Amino acid sequence: MIDSTAPGFWSQLFETLLKATGETLYQVGVTMIITLVIGLALGTLLVVTDRGGILERPFGSIVAGRIINAVTQTVVNLGRSIPFIILMIALIPFTRLLLGSAFGVTAAIVPLTVAAIPFYARIVEISLREVNEGLVEAGHSLGATRWQLVSKVIIPEAVPGLIRGFTTTVVSIVNYSAIVGAIGGGGLGDVAIRYGHQRYSVIHIVAVVIVLVAIVQIVQVVGARLANRMSHR
Amino acid sequence: MITLSSVTKTFGDAANPVRALDDVTLSVASGEIFGVIGQSGAGKSTLIRTVNLLERPDSGTVTVADRELTALSDRELLQARREIGMVFQQFNLLDSRTVRGNVELALEIVGVERRQRTARTNEILELVGLEHKAQQYPAQLSGGQKQRVGIARALASRPRVLLSDEATSALDPETTESILQLLRSINKELGLTILLITHEMDVVKSICDSAALMSGGRILEQGRLVDLLSQPGSQLARGLFPLGELPEGNSTVIDVTFVGLSSGRPVVSQLARTHQIDVGLVGAAIETIGGAQSGRTRLELPGTADANAAAINDLRAQGLVVEIVRSGR
Repeated sequence: MIDSTAPGFWSQLFETLLKATGETLYQVGVTMIITLVIGLALGTLLVVTDRGGILERPFGSIVAGRIINAVTQTVVNLGRSIPFIILMIALIPFTRLLLGSAFGVTAAIVPLTVAAIPFYARIVEISLREVNEGLVEAGHSLGATRWQLVSKVIIPEAVPGLIRGFTTTVVSIVNYSAIVGAIGGGGLGDVAIRYGHQRYSVIHIVAVVIVLVAIVQIVQVVGARLANRMSHR
Repeated sequence: MITLSSVTKTFGDAANPVRALDDVTLSVASGEIFGVIGQSGAGKSTLIRTVNLLERPDSGTVTVADRELTALSDRELLQARREIGMVFQQFNLLDSRTVRGNVELALEIVGVERRQRTARTNEILELVGLEHKAQQYPAQLSGGQKQRVGIARALASRPRVLLSDEATSALDPETTESILQLLRSINKELGLTILLITHEMDVVKSICDSAALMSGGRILEQGRLVDLLSQPGSQLARGLFPLGELPEGNSTVIDVTFVGLSSGRPVVSQLARTHQIDVGLVGAAIETIGGAQSGRTRLELPGTADANAAAINDLRAQGLVVEIVRSGR
């Protein structure tokens, strides 16, 4: 039990929260960047290698297209269907292999990205599919290469949807980052468990919740603003 | 400039094949505006999409500007497409780019460097009359303005051929007219060959030099409009001169076509006087077609066609095209 009337309690709480918030933001930030890059790539791959997609026949082979599409689909579905708490534990050996340690603030980034990438890849897929087929056709008529179609037509046109989807993804990452605190991933989740749960400090729980709500709120507002600014419909 | 030779295209599966193009052979001369007209489902959209191989035909060849597109590799095809501009019914502009950005897209794809892109875009926006809208987004434009952007984009990389896929079908009549005049003027000024598809006879009437009539995936007739007009039985010519229903009764009805209208010739009164017959005027239309004024008059003559043979021969002898629409009894 923590005594909130003890001298230095509030300044200690503040310091603990500040450090934990920094850790969470670091985890979420790095995860965001990796997720954006790989999720965008996977989601795009899902769309272009699909039947009727612009990369239906990579290397001139429809079989190659079907295989790449099926493999990507499976990977994404696998990542989406495993509950995060299980994924996190299952990934411990992999994380250790990758970073030398399976626990800690940085190590937690591994399960976070593995969970977030498939999530975002699906959102990317949905956003790209919503791009008007006529625009791809116009691109073809202008003699665009496949890469030009993706980079100059399909992705730029999907940007508002991609941003809104990314906002949702980031909120999920913040959510997951609290869970990794449970297995020594540091951050705000760690504070909630060590002080709030194990030492019955309601004040710590409330403080962590307030910070998390504030982070999510900021992410939502910034995401929505950015999406609206990029939308010219 | 554009030649389609025995092109066929079938959609659907083996159980329910849909013949969109059935042995289509079409020839568009350099510098002309060629219109393909037909009802929806006639296969015109598939036809125009085979010209730049957005749709690859099952068999037959497509040749544009002396290059057989159907024989090209994928890479060569990209190059060839850059010489073929295309405008669409739904404009297909990028919402994410300004008017300027949409035009520049065509130049970026071709690999024109930045400074030249800007210069060319200014030039082409001026041509379509949208230089003052360069920084706006498509959502801020009217339909006609959007289509002007579409045309500017299609022309940016200096193609030799422009394909127009129902470019005016989503527009109101006045805007349609202004877009058609724009197409006509770029055809004249740039010597651009234009192939357009439409379901509106007015489009053919107002800007085309040649036309083809399409139905059920087949081309029923094609040729220069002035030639089609003097071709008895031409369905296109009949469409260009809507003369309404036949009159009731059992008189003989003939359509007399004046190509390159010979004004001041008292054809009808002469006919009545010389052959002593009562000539009834059932319908008449005068149109400027293929750049020349032409007219068609529907006349009603008493008695059978045989009884009027002398009168009809007389008209034909004057160089008029006479078609017997109904022979009297």
